[in-house]
Amino acid sequence: MKILVLIKEVPDMQKVEFDSERGRVNRANAPAEINPFDENALETACELKKAREDVDVTALTMGPPRAEGSLRIAYARGADHGILLTDAKFGGADTCATSKTLAAAIRKKGGYDLILCGEKSVDGDTAQVGAEVAEFLGIPHCYYVEKIDKLTSGHIEVTAEDLWGMKQTRRMPLPALVSVTKNITTPKLPTVRRRLESREIEIERMNLSSLEDILTPEETGAKGSPTKVNKVVIPPEVKRESVVFREEPDGFMDALASVFLEKGLV
Amino acid sequence: MKNNEILVLAEQNYGKIHPVTYELIGKGSELAAKTGGFVSCLLVGPSGIPCEELCYRGASPVYYMEAHCFENADEMLFKENIVSALKDIHPQMVLIGATTFGRSLAPRIAGALNTGLTADCTDLQVDEDGRIIQIRPAFSDNILAHIKTVTDPQMATIRYKEFNEADRDTTRSVDIRKLTPACTVSGIEILSTQELGGVDVTKADVIVAAGRGFKKKEDLVLAEDLAKTLGGVMAASRALVDAGMVSSQIQVGYSGHRVKPKIYIACGISGAPQHLAGMKESGTIIAINSDPSAPIFKVADIGYVGDLYEILPMLTERFRKERTK
Repeated sequence: MKILVLIKEVPDMQKVEFDSERGRVNRANAPAEINPFDENALETACELKKAREDVDVTALTMGPPRAEGSLRIAYARGADHGILLTDAKFGGADTCATSKTLAAAIRKKGGYDLILCGEKSVDGDTAQVGAEVAEFLGIPHCYYVEKIDKLTSGHIEVTAEDLWGMKQTRRMPLPALVSVTKNITTPKLPTVRRRLESREIEIERMNLSSLEDILTPEETGAKGSPTKVNKVVIPPEVKRESVVFREEPDGFMDALASVFLEKGLV
Repeated sequence: MKNNEILVLAEQNYGKIHPVTYELIGKGSELAAKTGGFVSCLLVGPSGIPCEELCYRGASPVYYMEAHCFENADEMLFKENIVSALKDIHPQMVLIGATTFGRSLAPRIAGALNTGLTADCTDLQVDEDGRIIQIRPAFSDNILAHIKTVTDPQMATIRYKEFNEADRDTTRSVDIRKLTPACTVSGIEILSTQELGGVDVTKADVIVAAGRGFKKKEDLVLAEDLAKTLGGVMAASRALVDAGMVSSQIQVGYSGHRVKPKIYIACGISGAPQHLAGMKESGTIIAINSDPSAPIFKVADIGYVGDLYEILPMLTERFRKERTK
């Protein structure tokens, strides 16, 4: 049973700076980390590995050469292998081009039964890449999965929030793609041994020429992206006129009482 | 001739039309007035949906693909049929609600049509060439990106409750065109469907949100009591979810839920940008924090600098009395 986990390296969102006057996003002081949602997908894969002996987990990411660091962390957390999809020609890819590139690499490697990913990324927040990858691979997908109930060699059964907000259990043929919510599990810290090992392991690299015959230069990167960002606006910080009470409970409670009255709560 | 049709993908939720559909028809009509186009609607669902309502809201024509199988929440069935309908209709633009339905389906449809998709737009405008400028927040709502799609159809998902519903006018003509499904079976087997259960913080009018200012899990009862007294629900910031004190089901913020209640009471929440992104659109924001420099006070209408352990029981007591008066 081969499981592939899609991970994205994102900047630590607490440390990204926004300059509303110049319309700039400064990531220079924000260290990179694995998208927190993807850690749940990775942990899920590792749990499946503990439950079944034949499971082999590969983490795949597309990004600049430094994203190799995230794959080493993925190894430390329990993945067996890491693949870095990196090429200057992949740069500037929107979700469509990114998904095509990932799908091409997945086809090239071949043989994956289950593809896991996080619900969305914290920087882009589109939640599009999972379903688009599934579409380009021609396999079914299920979003918002909170539990994997059963995994056999041909099928997967999951509990998920369905298209209309109900709780659904379903059975899908493999291969399939599943995006997991944060409720599925809690990521655990890697062991010291895995962490040390992760420095030595070999990370496989793939670039555009590795995907020859599957992906053309016109289908990837900025060239292959049907959506173009025309401009970025950084809205000024929202501020409200506030009335602040310091250690004056009565004044505060009276102010609240009038708001509650106005809104019909009391 | 160039097709200038703006198609709204209607969302039916177990046979009931989701209100985001009316919002999209409203916004679509505004855009169509600028592009010289018209708004149509594609409804894929079980039989018996009163789809003349979509016409009353201003969509014409309404394509209704009716089949029993669409009672099932099965992405593959919807995807196949929507893609086949869109290939026949050739709209210039497709608008979809950024609901669970839209988030799961739109990327597959865009992929199958080999076109661009912009997620979670908060506004749409028309440029001088009649193309649509899609505006969406990113980076925890800190930036607004203006995006254009170079392929057709231009596709976007739009956040729910971002626009007003289209006016209803029953004198509008009703043009409903029935479509035949291209496929009615998929490999997905739905084993059971039931209520999600638990608290839905996105639907509450009053939210009492707890943050790092709460030292132990047992203390959360202070926030819960106030929430109950005010007829609301308790929510929490990411810090408490990460600390294992509450379930992520009630997490408000960028990596949790976005909420827009009438009243939001932030207790012991400092107000990191990630949290603000999830609640800053609330009606009235009330902040309680012991640190007067906490950023939460910048977005608050009413603030209280002091100890939440003292003020919360006082509030509960006072408003319990007022409500039972």
